[in-house]
Amino acid sequence: MNNKFYGKLIFELSQTGRQAYSLPKNECSEYALACLPSHLMRQQAPLLPEVDELSVVRHYINMSNNNFGVDTGFYPLGSCTMKYNPRINEEVATHREFVGLHPLQCSETAQGALAVYYCLQTCLADISGLSEFTLNPYAGAHGELTGLMIMRGYHMERGDLKRTKVIIPDSAHGTNPASSAVCGLEVVVVKSRPDGTVDIDDLMPLLDETIAGMMMTNPNTLGIFEHNIGKIAKAVHDCGGLMYYDGANLNPMLGKVRPGDIGFDIMHINLHKTFSTPHGGGGPGSGPVGVRAGLEHLLPNPRVVKVSEDGFETFKLQCSDQSIGSISAHLGNFGVMLRALAYILTMGREQLKWVGPLATLNANYIKESLKDVFELPISGVCKHEFVFDGLKDKTSGVTTLDVAKRLLDYGFHAPTIYFPLLFHEALMIEPTENESKQTLDEFIHIMRQIAQEAKDDPEMVKTAPHNTPVRRLDDTLAALHPVVTWRELQAENY
Amino acid sequence: MAFKYFPHTDEEVSQMLERIGAKSLADLYSDVPQELQQKAEYQIPEAMSEMEVRRFFNKLGMQNITLRSFLGAGYYDHYSPAVAQSIIHRSEFLTAYTPYQAEISQGTLQYIFEYQSMMAELTGMEVSNASMYDGTTATAEAMMMAVAAAKKRSRVLISDTINPFVLRVVKTYAKYQGIQVDMIPAKDGETDHEALKAELEKEDVAGVIVATPNFYGIVEDYTGVADLCHEHKALFIIHCVATALSVVRTPGEWGADIAVGDGQSLGIPLSYGGPYVGFLCTSKKLIRKMPGRIVGATRDADGKRAFVLTLQAREQHIRREKATSNICSNQSLMALYVTVYMSLMGAKGLREVNATSYSMAHYLAEVLTSTGLFEMAYPGKPFLCEFAVKTKLDIEQLQAFCNSQFMQCGLKIADNTLLLAVTETYSREDCDNLVEACVTFNKEQEGCKL
Repeated sequence: MNNKFYGKLIFELSQTGRQAYSLPKNECSEYALACLPSHLMRQQAPLLPEVDELSVVRHYINMSNNNFGVDTGFYPLGSCTMKYNPRINEEVATHREFVGLHPLQCSETAQGALAVYYCLQTCLADISGLSEFTLNPYAGAHGELTGLMIMRGYHMERGDLKRTKVIIPDSAHGTNPASSAVCGLEVVVVKSRPDGTVDIDDLMPLLDETIAGMMMTNPNTLGIFEHNIGKIAKAVHDCGGLMYYDGANLNPMLGKVRPGDIGFDIMHINLHKTFSTPHGGGGPGSGPVGVRAGLEHLLPNPRVVKVSEDGFETFKLQCSDQSIGSISAHLGNFGVMLRALAYILTMGREQLKWVGPLATLNANYIKESLKDVFELPISGVCKHEFVFDGLKDKTSGVTTLDVAKRLLDYGFHAPTIYFPLLFHEALMIEPTENESKQTLDEFIHIMRQIAQEAKDDPEMVKTAPHNTPVRRLDDTLAALHPVVTWRELQAENY
Repeated sequence: MAFKYFPHTDEEVSQMLERIGAKSLADLYSDVPQELQQKAEYQIPEAMSEMEVRRFFNKLGMQNITLRSFLGAGYYDHYSPAVAQSIIHRSEFLTAYTPYQAEISQGTLQYIFEYQSMMAELTGMEVSNASMYDGTTATAEAMMMAVAAAKKRSRVLISDTINPFVLRVVKTYAKYQGIQVDMIPAKDGETDHEALKAELEKEDVAGVIVATPNFYGIVEDYTGVADLCHEHKALFIIHCVATALSVVRTPGEWGADIAVGDGQSLGIPLSYGGPYVGFLCTSKKLIRKMPGRIVGATRDADGKRAFVLTLQAREQHIRREKATSNICSNQSLMALYVTVYMSLMGAKGLREVNATSYSMAHYLAEVLTSTGLFEMAYPGKPFLCEFAVKTKLDIEQLQAFCNSQFMQCGLKIADNTLLLAVTETYSREDCDNLVEACVTFNKEQEGCKL
């Protein structure tokens, strides 16, 4: 990361006649593409850049220098679990014997890959206290959708068709209600109490024969453990519903709590959060879904099963009519699975159990060190993350957005801001277990300094950032007048 | 507790606990009722050193068999440039999250803008989103988009010539969305336009989904289909093989409303099914109905041109259950991959890839059928790099025989039908080897009969 703005687009480097590829000679040129009927052919070539190889490399490297990643610095983005992405995982994921496999190869020729899938699903089942996992979903939200389909599928197969509602706390991630809608479920919102946990008095009257189940994040998006989870799960089960665990906040539970042990029937895991696979600027992720015993037959097609034949163990793909159907082309983002398994094997049972406590230690340390200058709406011990409601002293008019932008000037990524929606000036901080005390101390120091700056020179904070490649951007202009391609950019003379 | 990913010393842990006012790490879980706390140790394996992890995966890697598979069916073994591989491992791209803080994410935002521009060019559409998970889910999203745009219609028609691996995902989404999916029958491997017309005339269709090239590799003629769909107020959606669009008529040129598909064919390694990248492109008119992230141009406080996530009022983190989709992230790193790939290849390189693939595939089709063991399933139909053949050979036994020679004879798509794909990564010798294997297999079979 450097602060000199690069800003060019690859199209702006283009010179007619340049090329950046080399391909082998066509050995069968007697069969010519031009023989295809012309009305089936593209009439005008696509407007793509013409550049040489070095220019391409420099262009993207210069662009990357205007980007901030976990490898650049501290990334305390709440609910995103921005862990270190170990290099050995990357090495494993580029292994030639895996990268070259076609998803439709005969399974006899992909036994190593299927073993990876099976081994990872077995590890996740153990870590979560559930019976079986599918690794087919491509991302967290995709996992939610898959899990909710299983929830609906469970009711549908029993002929209980009136269960069309799902209960979701008001503090939930936006994907929970959105996934429910895509799954054809109606969302019923349950309120939070002042301490951030689910209001049981508000929940009870909602429970009837139309409830398919309830989705929960535990600890919730405020970093608070729902200590009534036993009661909640019992009430939902008693009314005939299933409990869904949104695994976005699984990290602090490692070593301490297994969702399957505390009443959850279905859950998804974000391998790109808890299991250290890189976020890649927004993907690829992977959202495995686990179910308790008795729901395995509903898992999406295909499933990977282990069979013993003549004393040999082999892995096979299995499709079943009882399943909810397929939710991905084949077995999901296999490359991400390789990374997650490498992480689990590196950690082993000795280290994995310390992830939760150490992530929780780091979050509480920051919280306790800053609560005299930032507004802490919910006191007491938090888990892996917590929420401040802006600066304690709000007289300067400096907002959470301003604090976030000022942090960028000091070489930190900002926390998640304006989420959850329960507080006006939410600032959600999640440090992860990989950050050292030195890093946390530096962050605390800078946060205190910004609080001081807000008093001494509020205008400077309100106009931050000042040292980044670009200054504060005009979001409204972009939305009112969307310019989303190079062609449009040229036409507009941007 | 000393471990390479855990930086704290015991002393530091004590200091931190003291500041918090806790006595031990266990104390930090005092809010979790004892009966809910995990009792037993994990059963996962004991920790491995880096060398042991390497050995573990090397050993499993050796249990896979690398094949010249002649497999396609939506996923193609195209040339993967060294530069594209190296750029996606640049850690500033790899270890970043969604570009929420635009001032320190211009790298990600810029390449997504380039990606959107290139995909719009390739499909001949006006706009593209920042990418989807893959081609199957992108197609399901397009179906939902059509139903949302139509408001009171919930029936979607899909051509029988679409990739069945796409169809099965679309059907799953449709089932839970309450969307009725009906198939348009195929005639000689192509969509039956008369049947399509008859269905559209029922005036209850929200969208029509067809494919180019279709599952059998055929480049179908969609002349008049867009007008027909629009006459009956249905959106016209084309599922495409990305790389083919650099040479075959584009969804834009056919008059489609939405173009979707998988970007894997733009040089992404096969990786046993993922990660790939889905694309969804449409007209400017429908941009606010689009799922997923979109990056747009804007200016900073100093007037500099820069990029931001835009039109976020469509998305789940703002609209919750009223969002256009539940998709949260995109498939950013793979979008970067195909952006770098298209920068390297340019229009000329993409054409060359297709021209060579065409030549190799037509050569293979000719030599295979000249053995007398195979005949074209759809003779005379125009195809690019993939084709279906019928055979009297026992396909299971043929595949086992080919596997033993580190080959696979494409994909079995019906009792006596195989689908084969050839790209520029195959040589004439590869094709000859496959034909020889088939001939040898047949001789051995006949030998057995005698």
